[in-house]
Amino acid sequence: MQEAVINRAKELLADGTVNRVAGWKTGEFSFDTTPAVFTSAEELDADFVYNDFCAPNLSKYLVKESRKEGKLLVFLKPCDTYSFNQLVKEHRILRENVYVIGVECTGKVDAETVKLKGIKGITSMESDGENVTIHTLYGNKVLPKSETLGTKCATCKSKKHVAYDELIGNDGEVDEESKRFEVVEKLEAMTPDERYEFWRGELSRCIRCNACRNVCPACTCESCVFDNPDSGIAQKAAADSFEENMFHIIRAFHVTGRCTDCGECTRVCPQNIPLHLLNRKYIKDINKFYGDFQAGADTISKAPLNDYTFGDCEPSIVYSRGGNE
Amino acid sequence: MLNETLIPKVGVITDIRIDTPDVKTFRVVGTDGKKLFEHIPGQCAMVSVPGVGEGMFSITSSPTNTEFMEFSIKRCGCLTTVLHALEEGQQITVRGPYGNGFPVEDPEKLKGKDLLFVAGGIGLAPLRSVINYVRDKRENYGKVQIVYGSRSKDDLVDYKEILDEWMATPDFDVYLTIDREQEGWDGHVGFVPNYVKELTPDLGKTVLMCGPPVMIKFTLAGLKELGFKETQVFTTMELRMKCAIGKCGRCNIGNKYVCKDGPVFSFDQLSELPSEY
Amino acid sequence: MFRLPVERLDELFAMVSAAQTLYIPADGKDSRAHYTKWEEGIKLSNALNTVRSAKDFFFPQTTNLCDFNKKDKEIEIIDNRTESEDFVVFGVRACDTRSFTILDKVFLVDPVDSYYATRREHGTVVTLACTEPEETCFCGVFGIDAASPEGDAACWIADGYLYITANTEKGEKFISLVSSLLEESSDEAVEAQKKATAEIMSRLPFNDIDTSYFRKNTLLEIFNSDHWKKLSEACIGCGTCTFVCPTCQCYDIKDYDTGCGIKRYRTWDSCMYSDFTKTAGGNPRTSQVERFRQRFMHKLVYFPDNNNEEFGCVGCGRCISRCPISMNIVKVIKTFGEVQ
Repeated sequence: MQEAVINRAKELLADGTVNRVAGWKTGEFSFDTTPAVFTSAEELDADFVYNDFCAPNLSKYLVKESRKEGKLLVFLKPCDTYSFNQLVKEHRILRENVYVIGVECTGKVDAETVKLKGIKGITSMESDGENVTIHTLYGNKVLPKSETLGTKCATCKSKKHVAYDELIGNDGEVDEESKRFEVVEKLEAMTPDERYEFWRGELSRCIRCNACRNVCPACTCESCVFDNPDSGIAQKAAADSFEENMFHIIRAFHVTGRCTDCGECTRVCPQNIPLHLLNRKYIKDINKFYGDFQAGADTISKAPLNDYTFGDCEPSIVYSRGGNE
Repeated sequence: MLNETLIPKVGVITDIRIDTPDVKTFRVVGTDGKKLFEHIPGQCAMVSVPGVGEGMFSITSSPTNTEFMEFSIKRCGCLTTVLHALEEGQQITVRGPYGNGFPVEDPEKLKGKDLLFVAGGIGLAPLRSVINYVRDKRENYGKVQIVYGSRSKDDLVDYKEILDEWMATPDFDVYLTIDREQEGWDGHVGFVPNYVKELTPDLGKTVLMCGPPVMIKFTLAGLKELGFKETQVFTTMELRMKCAIGKCGRCNIGNKYVCKDGPVFSFDQLSELPSEY
Repeated sequence: MFRLPVERLDELFAMVSAAQTLYIPADGKDSRAHYTKWEEGIKLSNALNTVRSAKDFFFPQTTNLCDFNKKDKEIEIIDNRTESEDFVVFGVRACDTRSFTILDKVFLVDPVDSYYATRREHGTVVTLACTEPEETCFCGVFGIDAASPEGDAACWIADGYLYITANTEKGEKFISLVSSLLEESSDEAVEAQKKATAEIMSRLPFNDIDTSYFRKNTLLEIFNSDHWKKLSEACIGCGTCTFVCPTCQCYDIKDYDTGCGIKRYRTWDSCMYSDFTKTAGGNPRTSQVERFRQRFMHKLVYFPDNNNEEFGCVGCGRCISRCPISMNIVKVIKTFGEVQ
């Protein structure tokens, strides 16, 4: 796969279709990859990787990259193409300046997931698609790949690319059986007090590093309300627990209908807060109240919250669900 | 309990002078009516309106003034807009003094020397402290030349003091200039850097300069062309500051903190630092 | 050297916490280690280190500096500092322990930061030697011995015993507080463990990264290097590296109007943030390259320039495992080191 990807990138650079390639770069270990832009065949040969460790979603980088001189080649995994479409829809990516190659993905291995299994001192990992061989300072281990996936991949919604100029590898299907709402259902089944306890427990760990916001492809405001000194909420630390909750809830509200469920927020959270659950709750609610909707599935449809129809549910929905009791 | 420099003192605004359409000078004393603290010319203080914020301002009055302190403040952001709306009698908070100040007592640098002050716009504020210090200790310094320019006549800060007092001081030559011709102005018209070059100041002078970056850049180039050395030219810097004591980490230029190692630097010092200001 | 069977650790924790507040690394609901106030049932974590560093104890994310009451034209300043209670932090690793001495060089130099100084004075640091370092560890690069941590008292867990020895007067006080549980012991097991750990340390992937480039070249050469652009290319400008870093100490001061008085507090800040140096008049660092460069210049050049060549990094590896895009100080050091 990697070879095919590099070769195609070199071809497109050589024939002048593109002048830059956005992809992933090897790190100090085989599993820490960094998004990077390559401009020559030599750079591609030296550092480019595409393997089971390339989790970062490159779509958001295109907001800036697509405004630079020349055309850019970008490799997108199926879930990344949803973010890409959404950003194109919002006119944040200049589509004509980007050449998209969809790359097959069977889920990405997450070092944090592996470490949570008590495996320490990981010096390298290799994946053959089925199993992951983990070399550590304290001996080697083999795990089925399915047990090493990050949260975003363990509950993958779709292996189908929704945007591309060409594909390398196979295209998959939308997973209609995806278990992505399973935990949300568990939370819904809780009493309000239990649910409050759950979220306080999670959100109280927040250090307001803004990693979730800065990585989020739906958060592309030129200037965020949380950075505006005049907003009164530009604190770099939450003044109190109420504000701690509100930062994440406001952010989730703001991306509702635009969040494609790419899972980057949870992947990057240094405090391991399952932030994607907030977004999934809203996605589930939209599906329920406005009919099934997947943000980023296309670049033209109107999002339920940007569109008003006679069929829309009444705003008093809270009451009809017993919220006033 | 330890003394804490981050906790300010209460100051009372006893007088507000409107200098220009966007510059006001605030006279401040402690709640006991006395000066809040002593300082060296060129040092700064953190002035705050609680609830709005705190900002670093140079103390524009001379240390030789034993009664009060003054701050000349240009309205340009959140805090300064609120400060401009205050009335006499209002309390604010002040902490300081901070920074190194100009080396006024150093015989190698300022003391006993002929001095050339170059200022643009609100850049006169930090130099005013030195100028009045030199006036009050006239015997310790040589001849003084002051080149001061602004956008227009109305934007000249301390205009009255310049006319009535500075121009009347022996061996004080004041050269004023404005950017464009203006009715009621028969003085020099043109930018400060050019004016300085036209005046061909004596190479033995120590230069103290403050103003917008572009003025500093071109004046320095002109001075170097005339033969001045970087060690002879001093300026005072301003960057975003929060603690004012070299700990909060935001006002550094290279390995120097403007709040603590500055704000006064000679250009030979700056030339060894990144131009990140 | 004293010792106590590991099974009796709870008794030791109980005895300490009867006298002072005690914090230990314990696994949270997220299955990661966090410093937790000890109470019956809280168990010492097996994790190598906590997600957040131990700097929180002396330099917490927010500190209330003072309060103001405003009435008409008058302002009342309320100094609400109180003498804090004595506390013990148990299980601090060698890297985090060294970070305190780095923070001391910022907060305890004149003018002393009284908030930090008071916490330092009242805190006793009991360290715990590492036995299973992670691949991200590189404390050895900065002359830190993970097997013999500094701190007021140092501990080793070996052969079913907790071994403890005092390094300072505070450490001696700590030991005398729990002396009824301890027995005198030889240090054989500890010495054996030190050897075993040293062997692992020598195999760590970052054990021999070369930092000399940053001391051999001038500030301006490093600052003006072309490397910064490429290194910072993917940086998303979040504050993760800063906030998990045990030595990052930059802060912001903010006022918060509660409606019945104003709280002035300081909070961690990050030079990676776009507003860090922003003023009404402009911003000297307008792009992420400049912000990224500042963070590493601070740790590798500016701090050592001002502090007898000591780097502002302790090699704890948190930024390595936590950066959303896997960019970190090791990659910076190596990139510059390679071009020598």
